[in-house]
Amino acid sequence: MAAEPTLAAPGGGAGLDEAAALWWREDVSPASLRRDERRWTLWTAWIASVFVAPGLLLLYIEPLTAPVAAICFAHAWLIPWLQARRGADQLEPIGGARGPDAGRSSERAAIGLLGDLVGHRERELLHRSGLVLERSALGVWLIGQRGALLVRPGGRRVDCWCVRVGDASELPAADRAAHLLLGLREDELGFAKVGNLSFSGAPWRLRRRLGARAGKALGVARRLAADAG
Amino acid sequence: MGRLIRLDRTGHTTLAEWTAEDEASQRAAVSAFEAELERGMIGSASGGAGTAEVVRELPIDSDLVIMRRPIAGG
Repeated sequence: MAAEPTLAAPGGGAGLDEAAALWWREDVSPASLRRDERRWTLWTAWIASVFVAPGLLLLYIEPLTAPVAAICFAHAWLIPWLQARRGADQLEPIGGARGPDAGRSSERAAIGLLGDLVGHRERELLHRSGLVLERSALGVWLIGQRGALLVRPGGRRVDCWCVRVGDASELPAADRAAHLLLGLREDELGFAKVGNLSFSGAPWRLRRRLGARAGKALGVARRLAADAG
Repeated sequence: MGRLIRLDRTGHTTLAEWTAEDEASQRAAVSAFEAELERGMIGSASGGAGTAEVVRELPIDSDLVIMRRPIAGG
């Protein structure tokens, strides 16, 4: 049976050394995360309005300026789209688009260990999607090779973090994900502090970019987060 | 029985195994654990129910201790 997720380090253990080393960064808390999410929403709305408003004004003043107005509207769409793409790119599944590299013995060993670290349903999802699902106090995480995505309770917002193993060049893909899973379990708030928040917004903005395998995993995570919310 | 493993290029390597009755195996495991810390690795003791804890000394009562590398923001 899974333990009730909490934000305290299990067993009162030490938090992440990696987070403690970032003394200049503000500690992440549920409140600071909500504040950052609101900032992302305001920023996106600002970008959209700052380009849509002049486009509309141009059309109102002189309909012949429609091509220029169209450029404004394109910017209003393109900039938030680029941000969402950047967020989606963090979630690289194990094996990428070709499926897990199960042929390599090191990858098989790494996937075997990663499978042992998660529950039965999460193991099935790992084999289908190449992503590790982890329920926690902040929501439902999906972990890839070099980043993680957090579906917040209710399932209507997704936060993407760029976080990776410092020196991962020789590690099998599943080991990279295992590193992130362990870090997350050791100290969830510290994990969020170490990572760089690269996107926060509605799940539909990511879905098309994620691809079929990760998109299905996101659907599972959203359902779990909706139940939790 | 406890097991100390390291995540590495082979997937993982078993560094030591120990039992509560065998003090020699415990000493060998502690020595291997400290050597990994010296190399900059981080000890993570996996508990039941999907939990993990950073450890700076080898918890002899733990079933699985994993040595991992530091993580960082991208």
